[in-house]
Amino acid sequence: MDKFDKLSGVAAPMPMVNIDTDMIIPKQFLKTIKRSGLGVNLFDEMRYDRQGNEIPDFVLNKPQYRDAEILVAGDNFGCGSSREHAPWAIKDFGIKCVIAPSYADIFYSNCFKNGILPIALPQEQVDVLMKDAEKGSNARIEIDLEAQTITTSDGEVFTFEVDSFKKHCLMNGLDDIGLTMEKAASIETFEASASQSRPWV
Amino acid sequence: MSPKTLYDKIWDAHVAHEADDGTCLLYIDRHLVHEVTSPQAFEGLRMTGRTVRAPDKTIAVPDHNVPTTLDRANAKTMTEDSRIQVEALDTNAKEFGLHYYPVSDVRQGIVHIVGPEQGWTLPGMTVVCGDSHTATHGAFGALAHGIGTSEVEHVLATQTLIQKKSKNMKVEITGKLSPGVTAKDITLSVIGATGTAGGTGYVIEYCGEAIRDLSMEGRMTVCNMAIEGGARAGLIAPDEKTFAYCQGRPHAPKGAQWEAALNWWKTLYSDDDAQWDKVITIKGEDIAPVVTWGTSPEDVLPITGTVPAASTFKGGKVDAAKRSIEYMGLTEGMALTDIEIDTVFIGSCTNGRIEDLRAAAAILKGKKIKEGMRAMIVPGSGLVRAQAEEEGLADIFKDAGFEWRLAGCSMCLAMNPDQLSEGERCASTSNRNFEGRQGYKGRTHLMSPAMAAAAAITGKLTDVREMM
Repeated sequence: MDKFDKLSGVAAPMPMVNIDTDMIIPKQFLKTIKRSGLGVNLFDEMRYDRQGNEIPDFVLNKPQYRDAEILVAGDNFGCGSSREHAPWAIKDFGIKCVIAPSYADIFYSNCFKNGILPIALPQEQVDVLMKDAEKGSNARIEIDLEAQTITTSDGEVFTFEVDSFKKHCLMNGLDDIGLTMEKAASIETFEASASQSRPWV
Repeated sequence: MSPKTLYDKIWDAHVAHEADDGTCLLYIDRHLVHEVTSPQAFEGLRMTGRTVRAPDKTIAVPDHNVPTTLDRANAKTMTEDSRIQVEALDTNAKEFGLHYYPVSDVRQGIVHIVGPEQGWTLPGMTVVCGDSHTATHGAFGALAHGIGTSEVEHVLATQTLIQKKSKNMKVEITGKLSPGVTAKDITLSVIGATGTAGGTGYVIEYCGEAIRDLSMEGRMTVCNMAIEGGARAGLIAPDEKTFAYCQGRPHAPKGAQWEAALNWWKTLYSDDDAQWDKVITIKGEDIAPVVTWGTSPEDVLPITGTVPAASTFKGGKVDAAKRSIEYMGLTEGMALTDIEIDTVFIGSCTNGRIEDLRAAAAILKGKKIKEGMRAMIVPGSGLVRAQAEEEGLADIFKDAGFEWRLAGCSMCLAMNPDQLSEGERCASTSNRNFEGRQGYKGRTHLMSPAMAAAAAITGKLTDVREMM
């Protein structure tokens, strides 16, 4: 997995609330058996018309946001399905960090498995960052995961919370499965004990 | 011992390892797998030379992509990419030695209907699946939730999940439900009250007289949509109804093991003085038959209501409501019962069980659907379909003008050919009314099976109580 430590990039503003996983990656793109190549279909139904032409008003189609690496969004981002295709599409587009007041649980967890940092901040702070993002490509937002800070293009600094284990994995690009396999003895002990206490399982 | 919630008890029984910061390895008793969210996980195993740690605890069934028309044995009814996914599941299930119900098996169906039906889902278990509606299995007092594909791979390889514990939320539905009000109305009303993020960070336990009175099918409907309320999982404490449902199922314990299991299951309830981080109480008698008007499951109103004005909302929801009303092609203030529909879908992991079909049949018996209406019933499993045929329900549906389909997820998420066209409006018993969910620019109103059946007859959203 890609490491995440510092990021300085253009942020695309998407102030909608409840941006769901069907919006992020509609179901017709879930038929892939690969993890890559979904970026072109990120937000497909908002981004293209039925003929496949770009809708110029959509934020990621605007020249200043085509290379956005950060997304600033409304409350409850990523609600809906468990499809990891959503973070795969976000990552494949080039977005490495999402900032929103809150996230749906499964989406939030899926981000960390893919080297994406989802940051939850109070609405007032997201509002400030949304305004900053609206300035376009002249405004770069800086994120420092080690220090847990976000710096706006005006130099205003916000701090954010992140689970220490998730931070450690993200900063070092660690593979969860490898880490868990180091604890195989604990799993074996648990299985031996459970097969006595709950043999029907 | 300090008092515990049901969630606390199940959690504590499954912690295989706990780190200093509270990060746990939670042992997984049942891993359900379908074709859409698993191919990349199996591919990951192959690339790293890993294998499935507990194939005997892993159950695979194709459901999302499969056609539900009677000619589906013909591979041409599937698009190329769907066929590749279904074939990949077939290969993976066989190569790794999983329990497997292929499309040709009468037991095939929606993964969340097959699990309980076959006795894989039992009280006190941990159950995961790469599908958010895994919450369904919480109806048995099992801790069940959806996971992403990376986590699917993690569970395949280690039979555990890296987790931190959620908070405890109690949702109590007191008293009795009124006639015409169902489990679907309960679960939608709860989401209407709490919002789609109201449960974020929590595991919900549903309790109270109205929940106890529900059948297992109804309880599954309630827990199924815990995820639409943002919760990690929904739970209902097991009781005699739960035990009666489980007993005799193919993979339920038998003999002395059944007795041992029962002894433990009877301890699975929240202690009287357990601590709750959040409590919501709703009176059963205050719940009406409801429908959704917008594009979020929280956009819920009693069928007697009117489309709200966007200006009555707060914050970001004002713009969201404006967008919803426009997308749905509605006008503020119009009566919900004036909304005309052209499609009816009865099925899904929310409402594709036998009791749902019985409720729809009770309304449809001797009636015809409105002329020009496209209406389909998609049973949740091959066994539900067989039972409905045996009970004569299938004849009622066919006589009324419904298409009587084979089992699958179908128009709930429209990954197979069952889709809405642009502008079509559907009375649907599924769980999500998101933009484009049932087809590009399609419009979805969520409701109970009885309400959907009533709408099929009149061609409009209808108060089912007027037909009872």
